Amino acid sequence: MRYLPLTQPDRDAMLDVIGADTIDALFVDVPKDARLDGPVRDLPNHASELAVERHMTALARKNTVAGEVPFFLGCGAYRHHVPASVDHLIQRGEFLTAYTPYQPEIAQGTLQMLFEFQTQVARLLGTDVANASMYDGSTACWEAIGMARRITRKGKAILSSGLHPHYVSVARTMAKYTGDVLDTTTPWLVPDMDIDRLIGAIDDDTSCVVVQYPDILGRIADLRPLADAAHAKKALLIVVVTEPVALGALKSPGEMDADIVVGEGQSLGVGLQFGGPYVGLFGCKDKYVRQMPGRLCGETVDADGRRGFVLTLSTREQHIRREKATSNICTNSGLCALAFSIHMTLLGEAGLRQLAEVNHAGAVAAAIRLSQIPGVELVNTGFFNEFTLKLPVEARPVVRTLADRGILAGVSLGRLYPGEGDLANGLVVAVTETTTAEDVETLAAALQEILA
Amino acid sequence: MRYFTEDHEWIDVEGAIGTVGISNYAQSQLGDIVFVDVPADGRELAKGDEAAVVESVKAASDVYSPVSGAVIEGNPALADSPDLVNSDAEGEGWFFRITLSDEGELDSLMEEAAYEAFVAKL
Amino acid sequence: MSINQSGWRPTTPTKGNDAAPTFTGNKALMLEEALIFKIGDATTTGVDFTGFGAPTAADDKLSGLARTAPIGLPGLSEPETVRHYTRLSRQNYAIDLGLFPLGSCTMKHNPRLNEKMARLPGFSDIHPLAPVDTVQGALEVIHQLAHWLVTLTGMTSVAMSPKAGAHGELCGILAIKAALAKRGEGARKVILVPESAHGTNPATAAFAGFAVEDIPATPDGRIDTAALIARLGPDVAGVMITNPNTCGLFECDLKTISDAVHAAGGYVYCDGANFNAIVGRVRPGDLGVDAMHINLHKTFSTPHGGGGPGSGPVVFSEALTPFAPLPFVEKQGEHFVLIEEETAGEHHADSFGRMVAFHGQMGMFTRALTYILSHGADGLRQVAEDAVLNANYVLRSLEDVLHAPFAGAGPCMHEALFSDSNLADGFSTLDVAKGLIDEGYHPMTVYFPLVVHGAMLVEPTETESKAALDQFIGALRSVAERAKAGDASLKTAPHFAPRSRLDETQAARKPILVWKEPAPIAQAAE
Repeated sequence: MRYLPLTQPDRDAMLDVIGADTIDALFVDVPKDARLDGPVRDLPNHASELAVERHMTALARKNTVAGEVPFFLGCGAYRHHVPASVDHLIQRGEFLTAYTPYQPEIAQGTLQMLFEFQTQVARLLGTDVANASMYDGSTACWEAIGMARRITRKGKAILSSGLHPHYVSVARTMAKYTGDVLDTTTPWLVPDMDIDRLIGAIDDDTSCVVVQYPDILGRIADLRPLADAAHAKKALLIVVVTEPVALGALKSPGEMDADIVVGEGQSLGVGLQFGGPYVGLFGCKDKYVRQMPGRLCGETVDADGRRGFVLTLSTREQHIRREKATSNICTNSGLCALAFSIHMTLLGEAGLRQLAEVNHAGAVAAAIRLSQIPGVELVNTGFFNEFTLKLPVEARPVVRTLADRGILAGVSLGRLYPGEGDLANGLVVAVTETTTAEDVETLAAALQEILA
Repeated sequence: MRYFTEDHEWIDVEGAIGTVGISNYAQSQLGDIVFVDVPADGRELAKGDEAAVVESVKAASDVYSPVSGAVIEGNPALADSPDLVNSDAEGEGWFFRITLSDEGELDSLMEEAAYEAFVAKL
Repeated sequence: MSINQSGWRPTTPTKGNDAAPTFTGNKALMLEEALIFKIGDATTTGVDFTGFGAPTAADDKLSGLARTAPIGLPGLSEPETVRHYTRLSRQNYAIDLGLFPLGSCTMKHNPRLNEKMARLPGFSDIHPLAPVDTVQGALEVIHQLAHWLVTLTGMTSVAMSPKAGAHGELCGILAIKAALAKRGEGARKVILVPESAHGTNPATAAFAGFAVEDIPATPDGRIDTAALIARLGPDVAGVMITNPNTCGLFECDLKTISDAVHAAGGYVYCDGANFNAIVGRVRPGDLGVDAMHINLHKTFSTPHGGGGPGSGPVVFSEALTPFAPLPFVEKQGEHFVLIEEETAGEHHADSFGRMVAFHGQMGMFTRALTYILSHGADGLRQVAEDAVLNANYVLRSLEDVLHAPFAGAGPCMHEALFSDSNLADGFSTLDVAKGLIDEGYHPMTVYFPLVVHGAMLVEPTETESKAALDQFIGALRSVAERAKAGDASLKTAPHFAPRSRLDETQAARKPILVWKEPAPIAQAAE
């Protein structure tokens, strides 16, 4: 077995030192009935690298690779080009095979990276501070709702109809156990976000308003009036960003006075990976930092006066506060945060803005082209790199038919909102720098033919 | 008059007003204090309620109210200088002031000499 | 004889070589690295957008929300970027560099085949919402891994979506809560947790609305079974037990406890963080466990990545299976289907709901399955045996120099526990830990479990050779002897790391969590 360095003579010599006759003597505390006398039955034995590689490659081949077909899926996960150096750097063993930096003297690499990451995220989101990452956007969103409850000591959260339905599901699951009341509804296929509905729903019991920007249909709106309305009732504004590249073109939520901004960082550095691992972004105003969940890295000095970094404010966390912790979270998403940070460093402000422009320009062109198809209507007036089309028929079978033709056309709202008849004709289309004009033409031609 | 609890809070009482903090012994056990969360004005506390939180780098401890009553104010100086609890736990490092609703509760507390004897046995 | 001295050079360094500080602050291969905010700027980019299409500033659809103010994100060219992160990486300790004896964390070798397989475009470049017919291979990976996990643990089903161990704990506890609600026994509000538990256990139970009650440990480091059983009753929802426990011992009464908990109407949650010690030799299902999370980043070798991402699938008994979260993968004929909200009603009416946006840590599933197939049933059994053998070897090789509180009670499992009780006055576990850093090791887990004063928990794992263990034992013995002899230089260790001990008090009192431009220095008067 290639990952086990002990030889049989080693094992025998070690058993001698221990004073045990056989390895079984070391398992003496396991009740007899529970000891297996051989390998677990009905499972194969060990295999060579070559054999395992064949097996896994055969499974991988059964999937349609996004990069090999015209591809337009988004809705919380986006396909961007990740520079080659990102994946090389995160595979350096000193990053890949390190543990959480609890011994800061020999973990300054991870810690400095996290400090840089926190700063990049805070600046991107427009918040004062950011943490060292969460599991993903959906869990970050729920944690933000819990944080608003702790701050305001109120338990009613109003969720925008444009919040990703999986994020809503996660919040709904958790709220069942914490007693939070959630005001939720499904979206309407209209050009505007539901800002007015949200403002109208805020009352004295409201802990927070949660709004996605751009929202699940790709729509955008000025959130300042919402922030003002929330603050007037001593509630917090939580903004969820599932496409961080958008903030290279759009005003940041912090600039519009959001109190907590969370997001999914997958777009930068991480890749699609069928949904995980991803990286949750979490930023907030300075005054709320002690109610923030997750790990935080802070600057300090060492005994010789040199600058260094440590994990700090850890009294918020489970290993100290136990049942009084701000959250039960233990790990963050360190390696994905590293990928995000490296990609962001490669881009820089100039590169991020250019990337955002390219995305937006591609999306605008695609929206114009696709809405020229007879019967197809563009729902959005404003958007970044993702927009919603209303088809004359149910979108789900259309998506399946296009997939059979080797085109991954977008996310049908019927999949995200099963049973919501009004949404069934909606198709959410994402366009990034990886989408070519030919891809758009291929989709347009096929869609036109199917709808004809 | 100053009283102590077995949980290492102290309270100075003048008239119906008490000033509450943690004992010098307690601060020496906690190590460097990095953060103190004091109760808001007006908060109603029952004797034994969790009133404040005091944090060192590696530990967070609850501070219980030694008496029942309404909080008059938390010590504003602790927000910027939590180290006052280390340097002057039984003076400048006080946590909050409270209006006592039942002065009879003081009877169950220790006076300074009794507390010193209590600590000596720990 | 003639001696040619033309090539002579000193080969023995002068002692006490306290060289003057260097111009750069670097010390040969120990390189200082500035923050990106110092070395980068807003106009530099390492990415080339040639041919990406033209911007359309004129007719944008940004609804007047264009970002105009500077963002403050520095950029670096590719060579500078590679150098920056390479230099940072060299300030980290890692498994790839040496033995990483962090107890309860299972820092074993991370096979590179895992990484290669996870990066096959068929796994890395597929979208979570792609039509299921186009991702059959991905669903099959999940299904195969699920089959292995269920079979190895002797359980009924597995929820794959939890993102990490603590998330898995939450999944298990929520399933217990849902099962109690279904039985109309929501009044069961108490979860019993042993004192030695990992901090996530009480945090998780409290989050789910349970009251947490501690169960004491016996002097031999195990749960006080009698005390636990005496506490059972109509208000107890269940227990959370780590097995092997955080003292490195097998809870030999677990089956008795499970039977008693079940008889009293509760459920048994097992924290599977230490599954590595028993994989292939013991099936938790045979011990009456109802739910257990498995840290794929511990037992199944997916990389820790400097603090995540993890992955924490949860196996369930028959009693809790109906309450498992969405989504999950089912095989229908030769076809794999994804059961989500839409179809949950028919297949899983009692599911407690969704915990994450998509389907869990797919990138970790491909790595874990690769590892499992590599080892097979026979290899995994050998993993547990070698892990336990290595830990006992460390325990017996050091118990004469370090106090080992439970060594007299018999063998340990995968980790050896020591305490600071026989160090010199004024010397603590922390000094031993920092001394080990100078010897070129990452310290063991310190001050955990809380039930032992000054705990030092050593988990060598099965991927260490005897020679590597012997050197580590020698190093720890040497440091322990210095701590017993009162060697003052230990109090200021580490001396040879990129940084000496860091001021955590300052970090927490005045938190600096993001980089800020230094205030401009006032111009000297003209």
